[in-house]
Amino acid sequence: MAISVSMTVNGKTVSGDVEARTLLVQFLREQLQLTGTHVGCDTSQCGACVVHIDGESVKSCTVLAAQVNGTSVTTIEGLANNGTLHPMQEAFREHHGLQCGFCTPGMVMSAIDLVKTHPKPDEHTIREWLEGNICRCTGYHNIVKAIKAGAEKMSAA
Amino acid sequence: MSATGIGASVRRKEDLRFLTGRGNYTDDINRPGQTHAYILRSPHAHAKINAIDISAAQAAPGVIAIFTGKDMAADALGGLPCGWQIHSRDGSPMKEPGHPALVVDRVRHVGDQVAVVIAESLGQAKDAAELIEVDYAPLPAIAHPGKALAGAAPQVWDEAPGNLCYDWIIGDEAEVDAVLKGAHHVTRIELTNNRLIPNAMEPRAAVGEYDRSTGDYTLYTTSQNPHVIRLLMGAFVLHIPEHRLRVVAPDVGGGFGSKIYHYAEEAIVTWASAKINRPIKWTAERSESFMTDAHGRDHVTTAQLAMDKDGKFLAFKVDTIANMGAYLSTFAPCVPTYLYATLLAGVYKTPKIFANVRAVFTHTVPVDAYRGAGRPEATYLVERIVSQAAREMGLDQAELRRRNFIKREEFPYQTPVALVYDSGDPAGCLDKALKLADYAGFEARRKEAAARGKYRGIGFSTYVEACGIAPSAVVGSLGARAGLYECGQVRVHPTGSVTVFTGTHSHGQGHETTFAQLVSDKLGIPIENVDVVHGDTAKVPFGMGTYGSRSLAVGGVAIDRAMDKVIAKAKKIAAHLLEAAEADIVFENGEFSVAGTDRKKAFGEISLAAYVPHNYPITELEPGLEETAFFDPLNFSYPGGAHLCEVEIDPDTGVTEVVKFTAVDDFGRVINPMIVEGQVHGGLAQGIGQALLEACVYDEDGQLITGSFMDYTMPRADNLPNFSLDTHNVPAPDNPLGVKGCGEVGAIGSPPAVINAIIDALSPLGITAISMPATPPKVWQAIRSARPSVAAE
Amino acid sequence: MYNFEYNRPASLDDALKALSSGEEVKLMAGGQTLIPTLKQRLAQPSKVVDLSGIAELKGITVEGNAVVIGAMTTHATVAASAEVKAKIPALANLAHGIGDPQVRNRGTLGGSISNNDPAADYPAALMALGATVHTNKRQLAAEDFFAGMFTTALEEDEILTKVSFPVPEKAAYAKFAQPASRYALVGVFVAKTSGGVRVAVTGAGEDGVFRVSDFEAALSKNFAASALDGITVPADGLNTDIHGAADYRAHLIGVMAKRAVQAAG
Repeated sequence: MAISVSMTVNGKTVSGDVEARTLLVQFLREQLQLTGTHVGCDTSQCGACVVHIDGESVKSCTVLAAQVNGTSVTTIEGLANNGTLHPMQEAFREHHGLQCGFCTPGMVMSAIDLVKTHPKPDEHTIREWLEGNICRCTGYHNIVKAIKAGAEKMSAA
Repeated sequence: MSATGIGASVRRKEDLRFLTGRGNYTDDINRPGQTHAYILRSPHAHAKINAIDISAAQAAPGVIAIFTGKDMAADALGGLPCGWQIHSRDGSPMKEPGHPALVVDRVRHVGDQVAVVIAESLGQAKDAAELIEVDYAPLPAIAHPGKALAGAAPQVWDEAPGNLCYDWIIGDEAEVDAVLKGAHHVTRIELTNNRLIPNAMEPRAAVGEYDRSTGDYTLYTTSQNPHVIRLLMGAFVLHIPEHRLRVVAPDVGGGFGSKIYHYAEEAIVTWASAKINRPIKWTAERSESFMTDAHGRDHVTTAQLAMDKDGKFLAFKVDTIANMGAYLSTFAPCVPTYLYATLLAGVYKTPKIFANVRAVFTHTVPVDAYRGAGRPEATYLVERIVSQAAREMGLDQAELRRRNFIKREEFPYQTPVALVYDSGDPAGCLDKALKLADYAGFEARRKEAAARGKYRGIGFSTYVEACGIAPSAVVGSLGARAGLYECGQVRVHPTGSVTVFTGTHSHGQGHETTFAQLVSDKLGIPIENVDVVHGDTAKVPFGMGTYGSRSLAVGGVAIDRAMDKVIAKAKKIAAHLLEAAEADIVFENGEFSVAGTDRKKAFGEISLAAYVPHNYPITELEPGLEETAFFDPLNFSYPGGAHLCEVEIDPDTGVTEVVKFTAVDDFGRVINPMIVEGQVHGGLAQGIGQALLEACVYDEDGQLITGSFMDYTMPRADNLPNFSLDTHNVPAPDNPLGVKGCGEVGAIGSPPAVINAIIDALSPLGITAISMPATPPKVWQAIRSARPSVAAE
Repeated sequence: MYNFEYNRPASLDDALKALSSGEEVKLMAGGQTLIPTLKQRLAQPSKVVDLSGIAELKGITVEGNAVVIGAMTTHATVAASAEVKAKIPALANLAHGIGDPQVRNRGTLGGSISNNDPAADYPAALMALGATVHTNKRQLAAEDFFAGMFTTALEEDEILTKVSFPVPEKAAYAKFAQPASRYALVGVFVAKTSGGVRVAVTGAGEDGVFRVSDFEAALSKNFAASALDGITVPADGLNTDIHGAADYRAHLIGVMAKRAVQAAG
């Protein structure tokens, strides 16, 4: 019952055979070895698995690989450009917006999607937006700071 | 201060890999030929297993092997050991029932391990597990610690009558009773410290691998202390000597205590990898984490505080029942005793203290240390009762505290409950916090909130905690079955770059940066030239790992001591090269010079000479430049501080909003302020989470009601405020680096501040208590009961 | 999850064919409830029919005095829609409060109401606005569509195509979220329509969404929060769980209704 899927991941065309039940996150982690996308829960809440499908942030643990056939997927591995961090990645580093690093890929991917619609988000907007991203380390204080700064840098770029 | 030295907020070296998706967590590791394990778990809190039929499952597609407790018993494997022995007041040792990795004939909590299915894929393993038929005979269960001691309660263990694990005391009960009897005023309190589920964002995982050519085993695991796992699993469970067992804890996604312990799955995959001669991976799903990770807290306490007419504390009596769960986890017995009752003096000069702690077994997941471990429970009790005492005595919260504080000049201070606090300044911390929080302006803010229909309150918590765990001789005398020193190794390479090997483990704390700062600062070399290696028993000589805010206070000192040895040897080499007496060699800013001259050698020149010893004092000195040090502290480290919480309560819904949180903490000497602040933020979030949101709930039958993020409320970004932080640092005289721990204080200091703030807000209604977590329905109900007209509208 | 056959038809006709092609065929809209359910092995469909390839099920149009939203339109699309914001801002606001941003990017109107989770937000909007549910074979009033917890009037060979929301004079939705799941513990949608005021409650009822006639009568006379003073909702038939007992939910219905009235202006 294998299904052939083909998509663009981080700018490269990839294809593979999956089961119907294969989740996008499994395809990324197990078949493409893109292990930067994490799984932190089984109820679609923690957001460690957030990636972009055609530019929109989604939870890759709640999407079948088969559903993503023909789309363009961006993961945390696809953000930095020739070794230069994306402004949002750089802001997380500058403002100590990560500790153990496990929720970080999802946080960064979610934050970048926020900036698309809110180029200059205020603190309240950021905290509301992060409803789908749980962090146990930082108390969110520095994540909020980082996203604010990252948004400014993205808008200036 | 240099840009990368001690005191600088150096940006973290580890961040680049985490931010680009190149972190290497246990579940990211895939070994050639790897198989997948799924653990079949008990759906019952308590049941006898009459039979397990695996025949249909064995025939399922992809199945390689299925093992049950009988298979492990047949190999004469040991149970999961407990690392700490407590003695009861009558001198008898605690009850210590067996803890098999896979149960044989009885399950004792929901999630208990019944069988392991190993298959080519995880999906196949899960499919097959559904075909295993377990014939359970369900038995009555007990989950609540407060009810476990009752005569009619279901029994968890035959060898622990009445579910009592131990009945432990500290202090002189008769003396304390006498003071209570004659005191001007006695404040009484009853409270629970709510059971919590740690929920590090990375679920636990383990990969076991056996090398048949050498007979060596490797375990990759989500651990805070790989050497401890090697010792416990090797010596007690699988009987594998240390040199045949490598334990690797790669990047670990948060721990908060829950990844200290040796868990069944680690032993299962390691043991079974040899049985099937292939690597085996197991990764917890979050719902498994909920029912198998060690939980935290879960105390039921009554206490009495005696005062004279001026509010001076005279005696404190505490009676606590602490839940151990169904089995004794690695450090469980010490948490409600030596990590709890020894802190009951708090920051006050209470002269007489007595505590009785009864630990009980229940049909729940084991309870062990969770961020703070015992100290949050003590601080919550002390700061709640002190705040209540101030209300009862009609005294300002700050004033009653000041009257009883240990003064800065009174340190070192011997408490009546064993500890000697080396340093601190509770009054200084409080004064600074009151200013930062604008305490003077609070009543105006309360009025302004009232005009908006909100109840506003402010809550105090002035605390001290004991961390930097720990002096081995002390903990040994108290029942620890291990030493708690730390190991640091400093390897200087020929060209002068340095690799540091530490026995502590970083799972978010930023050791790769902080420790590199120590080295950069002391050896005067660029921080880029320093790498910190941890988490691999094959690389790091030894270590006890990271918990109890010990990494810098113990592990950092070990590295510092190893650097002292490096410098001492390097001076000898420099003296030889510079043709001077060793005593005249000065080491400063990375250069060895002859005092009073301009003759000098750079650090890199010395290291090169050590490895290319052409011109070298070879008869007196070995080549090479690599030193190891073990550091065993003489005392704990005692961070402390003042936390002030301001809340607003919406009487219509019962929602409590933390509108302001101020923390002024004493960390002694700070190496990286940015990282320290981050640790405080995270601790505060967990403390506020405990106070307002988080509760592990079991029903009467021992079923876990809060078994996922759908019901267990994790703090999210919109639940928390920005934090207002400052420090009031008093260097630690008993610590060679002057440092104090910082990882746990947020979770220790904050819960009582939040609850005291809620009580303060609602005290005009006559409300004097509210339990954690102070959820909206609970607060609404309290308001409604106190003033039916308010909440009925 | 158990394995299944995956099918992604490009037309409604093909979807209907797939739906009737066997036992235990499940339709998948955004998958934000179905996939977690499958992951927990709580359902074992033989075939999953993914409706995301059917263009005719997507989109938002204004037709006369109604906003018509295709069943496969995501919550994010509704929340951001200029038409919805202009005509029924309360609906855009409700959509903005569903789940989290990532769930809103996948989850759909049709998926939400077909599932009829008793704590979902959309059912309250449909009931309060007097919406009409369109399927491949008929039209149903919202009242007739919702048939109790996780149950709707949809038949086995029926696919929901769109929902038509009459534009109210004013409306608002006030939600009190369950703190962990962020579903509605109590959500109240209040709409002032030409036919009177309608108040629908989600999250609280054992049988899913319901209307509160006492509130409607009071607000029809006087559309002000104060009109609800002294009117209580009985706790009978309301949910009790660790996040709130029935009496708390009953009380919150009053509080959220008042807040919705205030927000509606």
